[in-house]
Amino acid sequence: MANVDYDAIIIGGGLVGTAVAYGLARRGKKPVVLDEGDIAYRASRGNFGLVWVQSKGFGVPEYQRWTRRSSADWAAFSAELQKETGIYSGHERSGGVTICLSDDELERRATRMAQLQREAGDFGFEYEMLDHAALKKLITAIGPDVVGASHTKYDGHANPLYTLRALHAALLKHGGTYVPHARVEAIQAARNHFTITVGDVTYEAPRLVLGAGLGNNALGKLVGLNVPVQPSRGQIIVTERVAPVLPMPTLMIRQTVEGTLMIGESREEAGFDDTTSPEILHTLAERAAKTFPFLRHTCIVRTWAALRVMAPDGLPIYEQSAQYPGAFVCTCHSGVTLAAAHALHYAGYVIDGAIPPELARFSTKRFDHVQAVTSQH
Amino acid sequence: MFKPLPHSTDASVPVVVNGAAVSVPAGSTAAAAMLLGGAGHTRSSALSGEPRAPYCMMGACFECLMEIDGEANQQGCMVIVREGMRIDRQMGKREVRE
Ligand SMILES: Cc1cc2nc3c(=O)[nH]c(=O)nc-3n(C[C@H](O)[C@H](O)[C@H](O)COP(=O)(O)OP(=O)(O)OC[C@H]3O[C@@H](n4cnc5c(N)ncnc54)[C@H](O)[C@@H]3O)c2cc1C
Ligand code: FES
Repeated sequence: MANVDYDAIIIGGGLVGTAVAYGLARRGKKPVVLDEGDIAYRASRGNFGLVWVQSKGFGVPEYQRWTRRSSADWAAFSAELQKETGIYSGHERSGGVTICLSDDELERRATRMAQLQREAGDFGFEYEMLDHAALKKLITAIGPDVVGASHTKYDGHANPLYTLRALHAALLKHGGTYVPHARVEAIQAARNHFTITVGDVTYEAPRLVLGAGLGNNALGKLVGLNVPVQPSRGQIIVTERVAPVLPMPTLMIRQTVEGTLMIGESREEAGFDDTTSPEILHTLAERAAKTFPFLRHTCIVRTWAALRVMAPDGLPIYEQSAQYPGAFVCTCHSGVTLAAAHALHYAGYVIDGAIPPELARFSTKRFDHVQAVTSQH
Repeated sequence: MFKPLPHSTDASVPVVVNGAAVSVPAGSTAAAAMLLGGAGHTRSSALSGEPRAPYCMMGACFECLMEIDGEANQQGCMVIVREGMRIDRQMGKREVRE
């Protein structure tokens, strides 16, 4: 088939790749998204849906700032998607709490929040530590075992599946192209010129964005980018729909607009095994029921596990290839939270051909440093 | 609207569907009992309030939610009737209880 020319090829049609692709399309560019089939690991289809700020960036204020920027942009981003597509992302910036079940947990939490505030400097970071009584006023459903919580107004949540659907619809509406069942295995790379053939179609563009989640590790090697992302398994419990009980999400439990309660936030190294395990589900359920005793009488309707896309230090990876300028990587473990920033800002950096200095902390250079340090030992 | 298949058992079980006494073939599910009882819709959607009725009859779709012996949000198609079982429509979201 004849070559089709695009402004950018994006590999990966999950929340990250599609957000960047939509960001390009809304700026009048012509992106094409090449996406593997359902067999791929797809965090975007199995995540928890928090737009979360209050645990981001300990020791890395750049990450706190970038996350805050995305969380602040989310409302406009969600409204834009709804206007473009009629699909509501389910986004609410209701504020959020991290609940503590012991004095020790609460004390550690307070220390962490103070650290974030200290490190935020001029940028500021407003939070409150709530004791049981104060939290009870916000969320009446807490049980007697709850000691307190940290609260910020920056946190919220969204429906990740509606968000993804809206991004896809908005991408197409703005003239973008989505190609399913298109696993990329080879890339012909030159400076600002990338050629990829899938099946009998060849795609060419001056820009390439790796937004392939766990696939970025292998793809990066093809264009001189070091993207050492690894899977980190998370398990999620979903309950029947009940009348509204939670006015805001907690780090571990949230209630969707449909009434479902979602319980999550486990983290394990399990390689590429994305099955659930009874031990973890038990621990999650036990902690959830201690937090909100009504859950003991709420039916679980399903459970699942999915793999996070994790850099060794948990931070996003944003880089342009030095070897092949025009090739970018965009990957992170909080693709829901950062969806607004990726669509509204990162896409612009791809067009400009430069990642701004405030994102330098997320460069792959930090992995060279890690290697250098370990090799000294 | 719904009739038991001709080969179903003669043994019947008395249940109470939406407050009315009905007899249904032994081994029926609560969802079947509700349909045989002529209920029409068997729940209202938790979101839109639209009337809904059982769909897959095999535990997959959750369209058959009903209140069984006072317990809300039960999957009617997965519960076999017992004598005297009370089966009621699930109207909207259930309230949580402590
Ligand atoms: C249990 C769990 C809970 C989470 N909770 C939250 C949360 O509350 N808030 C939050 O912000 N984030 C959360 N996350 C993280 C979030 O889901 C991810 O950051 C996000 O989905 C990553 O999106 P992605 O597009 O990079 O990856 P993916 O969704 O994995 O998409 C990658 C895509 O690339 C394609 N692909 C891969 N290789 C190739 C190839 N060679 N060629 C073509 N296509 C390819 C795949 O088909 C896939 O569609 C959670 C994740 C998990 C697992
Ligand atoms: S009718 Fe589908 S789950 Fe019962």
